[in-house]
Amino acid sequence: MDIVIENLTKRYGVQKAIDNISFKVATGEIIGFLGPNGAGKTTTMKIITSYLAPDEGDVFIGGRSVMENPVETKRHIGYLPENNPLYFDMPVIDYLEFCARIQGIEKSRVVNRVAEMIKITGLNHEKHKKIGELSKGYRQRVGLAQAMIHDPQILILDEPTSGLDPNQIAEIRKLIRELGREKTVILSTHILPEVEATCDRIFIINKGKLVADGTPDTLRKQAQGTDIIRVKIEDGNPDTIFKALKELESVTMVDFADRQFNRFNVHCKSDRVKRDIFSLCVQNKWVLTEMTPFETKLEDIFRELTMN
Amino acid sequence: MDKIWIITKRELNSYFDSLMAFIMIVLFLGFSGFFTWISGNDIFMSGQASLRPFFSIAYWTLFFFIPALTMRTIAEENKTGTIEMLLTKPVTDRQVILGKYLATLILIGIALALTFPYVITVSKLGNADAGAVLCGYLALLLISASYSSIGIFTSSITNNQIIAFLSALFIGLFFHILFQIISGEMKGLTGQIFNTLSMTVHFDSLSRGVLDLKDLIYFASIIFTGLFLTEVSLSKRNAFN
Repeated sequence: MDIVIENLTKRYGVQKAIDNISFKVATGEIIGFLGPNGAGKTTTMKIITSYLAPDEGDVFIGGRSVMENPVETKRHIGYLPENNPLYFDMPVIDYLEFCARIQGIEKSRVVNRVAEMIKITGLNHEKHKKIGELSKGYRQRVGLAQAMIHDPQILILDEPTSGLDPNQIAEIRKLIRELGREKTVILSTHILPEVEATCDRIFIINKGKLVADGTPDTLRKQAQGTDIIRVKIEDGNPDTIFKALKELESVTMVDFADRQFNRFNVHCKSDRVKRDIFSLCVQNKWVLTEMTPFETKLEDIFRELTMN
Repeated sequence: MDKIWIITKRELNSYFDSLMAFIMIVLFLGFSGFFTWISGNDIFMSGQASLRPFFSIAYWTLFFFIPALTMRTIAEENKTGTIEMLLTKPVTDRQVILGKYLATLILIGIALALTFPYVITVSKLGNADAGAVLCGYLALLLISASYSSIGIFTSSITNNQIIAFLSALFIGLFFHILFQIISGEMKGLTGQIFNTLSMTVHFDSLSRGVLDLKDLIYFASIIFTGLFLTEVSLSKRNAFN
């Protein structure tokens, strides 16, 4: 089931939380939704799940408008809201039964389905405990279980791993990957490696506007433009080396990474640069002790796009 | 209807699990029982086999107890954010409100049903008018339904239970006493309007055993207005709740 978002705008007072956003998510895609706090990620998710109504534009879930048919579209969505709100005074099993019933699962299938979800999310020992007694990691599992109890085709997860320790993050990520197979998933997060590890496509949103859309690889290429190589050349005067590097044909720009230790960042146009630097060093009897290609990290792309 | 009932059941369970329901029922029965049977100015002083003293006492106890029951219904969900979880399930706002409303009514119904021994006692004492007794209970149910709808409304406008409780009492106070007092001070049409608005006037006429369409319409319109305003206030949610 696909998601189409058309010219979505939402205002809080005069401030635009999201400003004319449009995108499409194909069936089965896993989308990473990135952006600084307050960029509009959560608002967009709340509109997709019909919690908020947009001021302009519309969202279509499998071709159906969420404005006209909220009950029908909500049925296909599993949603884990930010901060994972749960009824703390309810035992896990009762809560999941309630969620299953309200999702319209037939009475006869509810018990089986709840048992299945408890097994998948590893809540078996905690199922009779009240949710308020559980640790944050287990609560997150309950949140995931309630989101997926009706086997929805679309999963919307708002910061599913926030506030968890690294082990729990790994577990929850694994759960999402397993349960998210064959589902359309939109997940928002601050943890960038998480996106690279789990998502097919990345949307970066800033100040309510979509500023980037693509696979991690294409985004990296776009942001990079030129390749950067870090070199360390010893046994020479840094300024002479600097000049010589600059005069190479394949080099566009050089700057000092660390003057004291003769380290340079070399911006280059072509792959020939490595050979050129090597021959330059041989000619001048310099010693080349380090040559590392510099990859633009997702962090850098993110900061470049969202800092003004 | 199915969805409403699922929500109602959850609400009822939560009332009973938190002991709220038991405390309310015990206090309600304790208060109204004491003032009906034991305190000096009680049912035995009236010299008639009638439950009217009980009805007018319950009229006051319910006035205080219902806001305490309804105050958490939506305010707490606003506070903890579970309202978002609930409203993004395939249910309408209206189903959520009606589910919660129904749960409150059922709880009050249980409390009122537990006063059934009073009916037996009074009918043993003398010749009680069954019609009047039935009308009295109907009147209690209707004022409960009215105050519950006001209580649910005030619960929906805030995420603070105390504010919900106090504003429900404040609004209730107008219907309960103030409109009647104002109508006593005014003459002509204004007096009549306030007289019509007063809950007490309608309650008295119904609990006396007079089944009048006007009273039923009055209660129905309060219930409807309360629930309608709840729906409006729930639809005005903002993202930072």
